[in-house]
Amino acid sequence: MGLPVTPESLTAEVRLERSSDGMSPFLLDVAIEIPPGFTMLFGPSGAGKSTLLDCVAGLLKPSGGRIAIGSRVVFDSARSVNLPPQARRIGYVFQSLALFPHLSVQENVAYGLLGLDPAQRRTRTKRILAAFQLEKLRTQKPGELSGGEKQRAALARSLVTQPRALLLDEPLTGLDAALKSAILDDLRAWNAEARIPILCVTHSRDEVDALGERVIALDRGRVAGEGTPADVLDAPRKRRLAQVAGFENLLDGTVLDLRETDGVMRVALGEAAAELEVPLGYAAPGDRVRIAIRAGDILLAAEKPGRLSARNLLRGRIAQLQDRGALCIARVDCGAEFQVHLTRGAARELELAQGTPIWLIVKTHSCHVVRD
Amino acid sequence: MESLWLSVKLAAWVAGILLVFGIPLAYWLAFSRWRWKFFVEAAVAVPLVLPPTVLGFYMLVAMGPQGPLGSAWSKLFGRGLAFTFQGLIIASVLYSLPFAVQPLVVAFEGVDRKLLAASAVLGAGEWSTFRRVILPLSLRGVATSAILSFAHTLGEFGVVLMVGGNLAGITRTVSIEIYDRVQSLDYTQANRLALLLLALSFAVLSFVYGMNRRVRRRVWIPWASR
Repeated sequence: MGLPVTPESLTAEVRLERSSDGMSPFLLDVAIEIPPGFTMLFGPSGAGKSTLLDCVAGLLKPSGGRIAIGSRVVFDSARSVNLPPQARRIGYVFQSLALFPHLSVQENVAYGLLGLDPAQRRTRTKRILAAFQLEKLRTQKPGELSGGEKQRAALARSLVTQPRALLLDEPLTGLDAALKSAILDDLRAWNAEARIPILCVTHSRDEVDALGERVIALDRGRVAGEGTPADVLDAPRKRRLAQVAGFENLLDGTVLDLRETDGVMRVALGEAAAELEVPLGYAAPGDRVRIAIRAGDILLAAEKPGRLSARNLLRGRIAQLQDRGALCIARVDCGAEFQVHLTRGAARELELAQGTPIWLIVKTHSCHVVRD
Repeated sequence: MESLWLSVKLAAWVAGILLVFGIPLAYWLAFSRWRWKFFVEAAVAVPLVLPPTVLGFYMLVAMGPQGPLGSAWSKLFGRGLAFTFQGLIIASVLYSLPFAVQPLVVAFEGVDRKLLAASAVLGAGEWSTFRRVILPLSLRGVATSAILSFAHTLGEFGVVLMVGGNLAGITRTVSIEIYDRVQSLDYTQANRLALLLLALSFAVLSFVYGMNRRVRRRVWIPWASR
């Protein structure tokens, strides 16, 4: 089938100059390596995810850098190499999918195979239509397909050309979880053979968890972190990343003292009314730090619990209680305000209401020290 | 009836020629990023606002034996251009240019740029993308362009009068003949021809709109999709 013999990584070093305002010299300044398999590109909107993908695909010319798949260079500003998109052999599935509205599913899928002889074109098209469960929809136009079917067709259309790398710009947005994972299973199955690097843009934490062998977090055109989802997103070291990774509590504090033998430090929150024990970070007493805590990682107790492994026990009262159907959001005032997620059942059991005195329990390692 | 046939023949020639030259011109206008492009856009649109006599006057001068067009033509074909059917075609092509080019530009520009990007990343070059994506999605515009230039040429008067004069069977189109008849107070004959032209124009335009309606239902429209 002429597949790449050895799996090759996609390497991209991309700098893109900001056109107008001079806030920062570069709109995008990243160097990434995508090994074969899934890598998620995660970040808030406006972080430059799609721009990066456009640069890699050749739709946008970076001001500088080098893009290569294995040893095959598709862009190199130092050597004035800039292959047009049609010569790069990099698959790209847009968020809008961009299926050709005047062509049937089969014609869409075979679109990139014009250079092949008809027999080969038919075999390949047939095979991928089967792999993505599109045989029955062969003759339909994109306008007649459901969202999931369109997404399958767009994936098949890209993969049938045997690209050396695949870029996915949130192609699965708007699908329910079951459908999404069914499509991803097909994609994985296909890629088990092809072993190409797949860079998948998302801003959904769930999608990262579902797919992520690796994640690259992008923020304001820079790589904010990369590694496993647990490393990058569960212990964010940057404030913006913590926000987008779903840390509801971001609290300002001052370091009181370091207890290096225990690997912890104490931090006074806000107006020093509350204290937290948090993992040791690069800080000295008196430093301003910011602590990120997930609302779901905080426990509430109606009475003061004794002999607990969790090191942080704060006294407060419920400032506000919001019923969001499946979950309740409590705002607890302990001198600093915490957001806590709990089930409706738990809220009922504890007889929570506005003003109820409450104890708040936070494990040391649920607290993450983040930088700005 | 000879004049009507002449008008139809002229209109068909003009529509055909404008299709051949209008498509590349419109493609260039739709996709070029040349900074002085607006000059070309303005030049193409000039016949919309110019009195036909002005255009006709300059065409006549250019087509005369001393004019650039006329002298080049006589070198090539051994005869003049003014007051001939060929001369009429050339003048009418210029006069109907905006009617042919505008619908094409609108159609080409209306093709979703993401589709062009998708075509490129799938390996298709510029020509291939034009042939397989842009043109098939612009068929309505192409048909509208051809029919509008046909209909516009059919009803043309001033330019024909200036460049072609009034030679029976050669340059006397139906609109000229109507004018003639009215001048000689032959209202019955004038009315017959005028009515014919009216009916023909109406039929052609009905066809354009009817066709657009039918095509529109088949073409994928994002906000009408399920």
